Amino acid sequence: MSEIEFLSWIRGPGFQIATVILVAGVVIRVMEILLLGRKANLAEAKGSEMSSGLRTIVTRSIPDSSTFKRSTFTIVAGYIFHIGLFVTILFYAPHILLIKDIIGFGWPSMPTQIVDALTVVSIIALLAILAHRFTNKVLRYLTNTEDLLVWFVTIAPLVTGYMAFHRIGMTASTMLGIHILSVELLMVMLPFTKLMHAFTLFIARWYNGAISGYRGVQS
Amino acid sequence: MSASLERGIHALKEQVDSTVAAFFSSCVHCGMCADACLFYTETGEPERTPINKTEPLRRIWKSEYTLFGRIGKMLGLAKKVDEKLLADWETLVYDSCTLCGRCSMVCPVGNDIALMIRKTREGMAAAGHAPEGLIGATTRAVTIGSPMGVKWPALQAQISHVEKDTGLKVPVDVVGAEYMLLLSSMEIMNFPEFIEAITKIFSKAGVSWTISSEAFEATNSGIQIGVNDIAAELVQRIVDAAEKLKVKTVISPECGHAYMAIRWEGPNLVGKPFTFKVRHILEILDEFRKDGRLKITGKETQKLTYHDPCQISRRGGVINEPRNLIDLFSDNFVEMPDNGKMNWCCGAGGGVSSNERADEIRLKVFQRKKDQLDAIKPDAIVSACSNCRIHLEDGLEEYGMDIPLMSLTETLAEHLADD
Repeated sequence: MSEIEFLSWIRGPGFQIATVILVAGVVIRVMEILLLGRKANLAEAKGSEMSSGLRTIVTRSIPDSSTFKRSTFTIVAGYIFHIGLFVTILFYAPHILLIKDIIGFGWPSMPTQIVDALTVVSIIALLAILAHRFTNKVLRYLTNTEDLLVWFVTIAPLVTGYMAFHRIGMTASTMLGIHILSVELLMVMLPFTKLMHAFTLFIARWYNGAISGYRGVQS
Repeated sequence: MSASLERGIHALKEQVDSTVAAFFSSCVHCGMCADACLFYTETGEPERTPINKTEPLRRIWKSEYTLFGRIGKMLGLAKKVDEKLLADWETLVYDSCTLCGRCSMVCPVGNDIALMIRKTREGMAAAGHAPEGLIGATTRAVTIGSPMGVKWPALQAQISHVEKDTGLKVPVDVVGAEYMLLLSSMEIMNFPEFIEAITKIFSKAGVSWTISSEAFEATNSGIQIGVNDIAAELVQRIVDAAEKLKVKTVISPECGHAYMAIRWEGPNLVGKPFTFKVRHILEILDEFRKDGRLKITGKETQKLTYHDPCQISRRGGVINEPRNLIDLFSDNFVEMPDNGKMNWCCGAGGGVSSNERADEIRLKVFQRKKDQLDAIKPDAIVSACSNCRIHLEDGLEEYGMDIPLMSLTETLAEHLADD
């Protein structure tokens, strides 16, 4: 397979396959959660499930000060790479052009230097997170193969994107092909791994807030 | 029915619903729940991380309720729930968790981990992997009517003492009373002052109330050990008595899990809404305060703090009421760091105090409460759960701290104004 053939397969059929797996997988996973249902609560309510659930979806992003003190590294490093991923995926000019191609509209991009810097910062944060996983005793105890695999497919698009942009290593088109391949790997893995939290976190937080809010406590 | 692995697995399957599935699907192994749990922070032992305690339930969810897990199971890749796993997990699920729910407030993806552990206990108990102490308490609750083996004559004796000391009548089995008071065995045996306090306050407030000779026990070992059938049977006794006496409101006493059992789990356990209201004693007293039926005189000069019982505050929703009430008799009230819904557990809730095997660890993790108290150095601690109270006294003694414990209800009664 030539360089051009590789790139066009990755951008064409490869991307389509990854998209189908991502969408179908996420739909199946979300449906198999929601279809289980839960029993109606027969106790007299002290507060609202709906509003408390919705509020917890938002407020759970902000830890209380004592939790922040106890889990500072996890929170700070976690925030950095999540923001980094969000910005690089959605505000890098070429990505927006691609999205515009698919869905028909786009939005203003962020300056390339900022995206570039955030990419580097996110890579550093993810490397530190891996080191933390191996040095912190709770994380070492909890960590399984899936955690490492998910770490790899998360950092890979950042690293390959950075290399493609700065033309490090291989030719530009091969590097771009590898970058898109790494994104497709992430898309394909998402429904099968804890990456699903990107979707189920909203359900989980809502339930947490609703269960607690029913008893009159904002969680 | 005798306990068996099959029954345990069946019980775990019954516990899986959309909440459990959403929670397990969201866990990213970040470890923050460990930092929120006194059984980890005070021992530094990573297996005590809250989410790890749910492993038996997670395996059942994964292999039975996810498409990919089921495929894995067919291929023989699924991790099984077996006797060894349950035996290994018994001390994590029962001795190292008070179901305090602090982890549930901290989890960044929103997992209600305490609920997941509560559900895991259903499987553990059905498989015969519950602690001896809790099995004993539960058996006594079913056969005698009280986890401590307290029978009606014992309460009757306490009631006559109270009537003699106060000159007031303690109403028993009064049909049509507004309130029916429940008590914990701990109060009957160790803190009869509570009954005296209620008698004085209710008499001053001029409300009609009663104690049922058929259902006076508020505690529910069934929800601690994790056997819903037994928990439902114990709740049903209260429902029957409340309906027989046609009371409007059942009052849960100064006991944390009793409130959780009757107020929040009760109707769901028996499968139908109650025909009466359930309130915690602090909610009732706060209503009296609002209605001007609570006349208080004199202030405590010593520095007071309030220990939030987990099942009453964080898990129960009674957080402001105790503070409103303490304000009535104190101008020198200080909050502990991390109070209210973020309070740290005393270390002995959720059945831990009935489990002798956990005696060492409950005193070890009391260090967390000690640190909280050291930060504010109170002269006395007010609380509203006799189980917390017994354990706090134990812990304070163990750590050589001389801080008296006060029951909120009893302290209020001491400050009742003479009209």
